[in-house]
Amino acid sequence: METLEKDLSRDDQFQARIDADVRIEPKDWMPDAYRKTLIRQISQHAHSEIVGMLPEGNWITRAPSLKRKAILLAKVQDEAGHGLYLYSAAETLGASRDQMLADLHSGKAKYSSIFNYPTLSWADMGCVGWLVDGAAILNQVPLCRTSYGPYARAMVRVCKEESFHQRQGFEIMQTLCAGAPVQKEMAQEALNRWWWPTLMMFGPKDSESPNTEQSMKWRIKRFTNDELRQKFVDMMVPQAEFLGLTVPDEKAQWNEARQAYDFGEVDWNEFWSVVKGNGLCNHDRLQARVQAHEEGAWVLEAALAHAAKRAAREAVAA
Amino acid sequence: MDHPADLQPAPAAIAHAPTVRQQLFEFVLQLADTSLVLGHRLSEWCGHGPVLEQDLAMANIALDLLGETRSLYQYAAVLEGQGRTEDDLAYLRPATAYRNPLLVEQPNGDFAHTVVRQFLFDNYHYHLLLALKDSPDAPLAGIAEKSVKEAAYHLKWSSEWLIRLGDGTAESRQRLDKALATLWRYAAELTTPTATEAALQDLGLVPDYGALAPAMQAHAAHVLAEATVPTPQFAPFAQRGGKGGQHSEHLGYLLAELQYMQRAYPGLTW
Amino acid sequence: MTNWGPNNKSIMSQSEWPLWEVFIRSKQGLDHKHVGSLHAADATMAVQNARDVYTRRLEGVSIWVVESTHIHASNPDEAAEFFDPAADKVYRHPTFYTVPDSIKHM
Repeated sequence: METLEKDLSRDDQFQARIDADVRIEPKDWMPDAYRKTLIRQISQHAHSEIVGMLPEGNWITRAPSLKRKAILLAKVQDEAGHGLYLYSAAETLGASRDQMLADLHSGKAKYSSIFNYPTLSWADMGCVGWLVDGAAILNQVPLCRTSYGPYARAMVRVCKEESFHQRQGFEIMQTLCAGAPVQKEMAQEALNRWWWPTLMMFGPKDSESPNTEQSMKWRIKRFTNDELRQKFVDMMVPQAEFLGLTVPDEKAQWNEARQAYDFGEVDWNEFWSVVKGNGLCNHDRLQARVQAHEEGAWVLEAALAHAAKRAAREAVAA
Repeated sequence: MDHPADLQPAPAAIAHAPTVRQQLFEFVLQLADTSLVLGHRLSEWCGHGPVLEQDLAMANIALDLLGETRSLYQYAAVLEGQGRTEDDLAYLRPATAYRNPLLVEQPNGDFAHTVVRQFLFDNYHYHLLLALKDSPDAPLAGIAEKSVKEAAYHLKWSSEWLIRLGDGTAESRQRLDKALATLWRYAAELTTPTATEAALQDLGLVPDYGALAPAMQAHAAHVLAEATVPTPQFAPFAQRGGKGGQHSEHLGYLLAELQYMQRAYPGLTW
Repeated sequence: MTNWGPNNKSIMSQSEWPLWEVFIRSKQGLDHKHVGSLHAADATMAVQNARDVYTRRLEGVSIWVVESTHIHASNPDEAAEFFDPAADKVYRHPTFYTVPDSIKHM
């Protein structure tokens, strides 16, 4: 009884610190549910970065110019870095990277469903940068002020690097749209495929997002899914128009009264189906990660064995 | 931060006699092809590395090599003087026109193969650049001076990994031995001069490879000793031909991928 | 004193490399600053991994790495007794003292 009361007051104190915008740091007391929510969210985010390397990695060897090749490689490499920053942040909460990876590989942990769609043309590199990274930035910028210090600091670093990603994507689209008809067709075809899946990136509707309320209260999350989705559409429809492209949604029209774009309903059946593992690439993406991990195991062991031998030799010498 | 390769002014060519200019063009092209093919191979690892930290490390090496490639092609285009661009040179030449040594086009294989291929290349590349930065051909010396710093880091990376794999576990040793046995036969081509290289060496524009040998051998001996691996003997028949345009079967596939867009959609800007 | 590293509790598999904390000096004249962590089998690799992970955009001129288990930190539960006593020592700060306007260079 006494401990319960003590915990209750700790909970209140904790919430008071959150409300005062005081950052929570690794060794601070925190409710178990807060820790678990963060580990889940940060590791999912890290997994998304790592799995997200695959669809773009698919075009590194086929990039159409040396400049594009270098940019794309640097971008995909950044994603490895982002995954690493985020795993590091989760590790400060007591999760091990190995365990997080095991959860990814077993299918227990999720990653962003957007990466279960295939990249089929060079214009997809444009769309992934422009739309997918654009959506990611909207999700991520508020996270730079999230309540957990290491996560917020990792996100500051991620966001700083991410803005080049979106710009290079937009530049690819711009080049295609200013190019030959075949290039513009390629751009429109890619936009047709990526538009709806990117809208899904903001997650289910608020009415069907059970974790949102608590996450907002803890200031892990700072905007709801629907708020961010609306913001995204408002940003992107004019950008598509600038490119001379059409978003594949007849309902995407400016609403003067709302001072926002109306837009059609996301196909939620498709959303849940891909989340459940039925997307075209779910199997291949996970398989690629598992394979890299399994084939890398002997390398990790060798490095550890060597470090141990060397340390033993140095101990003898000293 | 912008991309350094984009910021560099196109290198100005020095006045060479037409024959020398042609030879120098071929040599620069050979270096460019080599860095491109190896950078391309390393970039295949991106997203599939054994551990996140090494995924980043290999991508960094690949990016260095791609940067060097671009400077070299840009200079080659200047030497040629036909108005071709770096992309024309990389994307519109057939495999038989590629001048990279066979080593760098060999597939990634497992991590041990990649490390050995990298080590053999880095040991040559670093020592070559170290000498090349004193070449009387200023543009070439300039490219070498920038790249040698990168190559020094690459050599450190591949040397340390070779040591770890050699003196690691039984499995890593077995994999390393296999990679050495497979790839060692391609090492000799790196420092066997072609007629073009020999002519440029006579003019003092390209370093004498014989003079590079002692430092290369000393480094290799040191690394192999640390790795507890006996120095492999050169294979009875050292494979060569890439520098003369005679490649293994692997290059065709590599270029089919590399050149796919430019071949499928000729003449467009991307 | 408690161990500050991510956690002593964390389950390390047999092949997971140890965790290292990374500190970067962004330019000459500045302190090294904690930037994050990474995994490496040994110190040499940790420095190089730090270079590859944390200095891809000219962020640093010098790197320190420390194995996370070797970092010890003050306990947040003791923050009050550790840090609050400094709060009432206002006389340690120059603004506590009044200096006549006519006095320069002080």
